[in-house]
Amino acid sequence: MDVVVCLKRVPEVAEVDLQVDPTGKRVKTEGLPFVLNDWDSYALEEAVRIKERSGAKVTVVTVGGEEDEEVLRRALALGADQAIRISDPRLQDPDAFAIARVLAQLIKDLPHDLILVGVQAADDGYAQVGPTLAELLGIPHATLVTSLELEGGRARVRRELEAGLEEVLEVELPALFSIQSGINEPRYVSILGIRRVAKKEIKVLGLEALGLEPEGVRPKVLLERLFSPPVGEGAEIITGGVEEVAERVAEIFERGGVI
Amino acid sequence: MSGVMVLVEHRRGEIREITWEMLAKAQELSSSLGVEVQAVLIGRGLSGMAQELRPFCHRVLVAEEEGLEAFNSEPYQQVLGRLIEERRPVLLMIGHTAQGMDLAPSLAAALDLPLATDCYEFGLKDGRLWAHRQMYGGKLSAEVSSEAPTKVVTVRTGSFDPEGLREVGGEVEEIKVRLDPFPWKRFLEYVEAPPGEVDITQAEVIVSVGRGIGGPENLGLAEELARALGGVLACSRPVADKKWLPKDRQVGTSGKTVKPKLYIALGISGAFQHIVGMKQSGLILAINKDPKAPIFQVAHYGIVGDLFQVVPALVAKVRERKGG
Ligand SMILES: Cc1cc2nc3c(=O)[nH]c(=O)nc-3n(C[C@H](O)[C@H](O)[C@H](O)COP(=O)(O)OP(=O)(O)OC[C@H]3O[C@@H](n4cnc5c(N)ncnc54)[C@H](O)[C@@H]3O)c2cc1C
Ligand SMILES: Nc1ncnc2c1ncn2[C@@H]1O[C@H](COP(=O)(O)O)[C@@H](O)[C@H]1O
Repeated sequence: MDVVVCLKRVPEVAEVDLQVDPTGKRVKTEGLPFVLNDWDSYALEEAVRIKERSGAKVTVVTVGGEEDEEVLRRALALGADQAIRISDPRLQDPDAFAIARVLAQLIKDLPHDLILVGVQAADDGYAQVGPTLAELLGIPHATLVTSLELEGGRARVRRELEAGLEEVLEVELPALFSIQSGINEPRYVSILGIRRVAKKEIKVLGLEALGLEPEGVRPKVLLERLFSPPVGEGAEIITGGVEEVAERVAEIFERGGVI
Repeated sequence: MSGVMVLVEHRRGEIREITWEMLAKAQELSSSLGVEVQAVLIGRGLSGMAQELRPFCHRVLVAEEEGLEAFNSEPYQQVLGRLIEERRPVLLMIGHTAQGMDLAPSLAAALDLPLATDCYEFGLKDGRLWAHRQMYGGKLSAEVSSEAPTKVVTVRTGSFDPEGLREVGGEVEEIKVRLDPFPWKRFLEYVEAPPGEVDITQAEVIVSVGRGIGGPENLGLAEELARALGGVLACSRPVADKKWLPKDRQVGTSGKTVKPKLYIALGISGAFQHIVGMKQSGLILAINKDPKAPIFQVAHYGIVGDLFQVVPALVAKVRERKGG
């Protein structure tokens, strides 16, 4: 069994005041903390578990710069067997299609029974690379997978629908699944574990090595500009010391008839 | 005549709300562009739904297919592929839902069409698509564009108001598509979530915790606030994913929709999938360290601060008032 996992390194923005850079199309990334995309950590854990159960070979792949190798190292520390990074100056500002296109070009020549991706990347939120990649490879896919069992040449998966409803599907391998958060509990990776794989080779490939022309990875959808989202009414922000704020809120609760 | 196409989303014999929302937007585009609103209805046993849709579209394209009791992206992709090649719509709208997320990307790739996902606003100007979508968990928006003759967008739920739908007459057109076999992906069954111990949808007061709570060891703090207010604990998805609270406490698209009198969001950023499940609450208070957290857009009152300082003080004040 050969499992390929696609990983993306993303900025952690929950507590950050994001700034747009002078191009108007990118955020300023200096000083931002970066992490493995949360959804991908579930996909990676799922792959490592399959390896532990059945001796699969796990290959991890990212399309990104040198600093993005961090997430590949983390994967190697967790037990991935091989790591590949695709990088090319002509891949600046790729759209979801361009990412899927280069991934397909690489993966078509790798043995693959199972391809795992995250449901979405926390930064762009496209939820698009996975099923696009499956289509380009001509293999079936299922998104939003919350449980995955392999039996013979097929997988039985649960997909999350809305409001707690799920569906069960049977999918022939090779197949691609986008993994939803909560499917497993991703294990902790120690700094020491990551250091231990510091010397492991990470293969780096550009467009030429993949046999791709730059025209083939031109974005189909252009990102024109980033802007602050439209604001609704917005909350009335209660300011002051902790005691004062708590007092005001308790008063609001009382006025609103909740206490 | 070229048109704006809407893929009808339905499940277990019922048209889903996103369909009406998309039709409302399609009607708006149809008037300004002078093109038809075309609804595409795929599945089995569709005549009732076709009649329900007919008044609001110029054309309902109905594809009755064997073995399509439930949604399956593979045959859907085949039917839509043929239709698009035949009729060349300027725009195809699909819900950014569990169905749409499974279908739209592979459909667009197969037909070599541009796709903009999760759009909350969009339009066509001189044939060029512009679309707005959120990024970075709702902290920024992006405008994307495409000039291709046919574009695909997936539409965020709740973005357009179906109240304004007009009757435009319309006709039902049966379409016959000879499907290739699709043996690679089979639907087996639906599974309902098991009922939980506590039904958060019935609570009048909800104290909801997000990733900002830090860990299960801190839940006691939120619990105390809930107890002081006579409410129950709920959570955002990461908290349920990490099993700090049971899944049946999760609020949002893939969890519960709640409408309590009071909803307190502690350390919840306010991702769209969460907001959908709680924005109709009577009174919303958000406590968050980050003044730019999107949750403050839907909250009525906000406190920018550390929940570990604010909540104990709030518990004390609430108790004081209740006791007095
Ligand atoms: C298909 C799909 C379905 C989904 N369904 C759901 C769903 O049903 N429900 C749901 O909730 N999500 C859902 N999500 C996930 C959603 O996109 C977000 O990832 C999630 O809601 C984020 O949860 P959060 O706000 O708790 O975490 P984060 O986004 O990490 O936010 C944590 C917040 O805590 C604040 N904070 C940190 N420390 C403190 C402190 N000491 N005091 C005060 N504030 C603090 C931070 O500033 C931050 O704003 C879904 C996603 C997908 C793709
Ligand atoms: N640059 C990338 N390199 C490798 N995998 C990626 C990249 N971008 C996206 N992916 C994969 O595709 C999934 C969905 O991303 P997206 O379609 O951008 O929301 C992610 O969770 C990753 O598994």
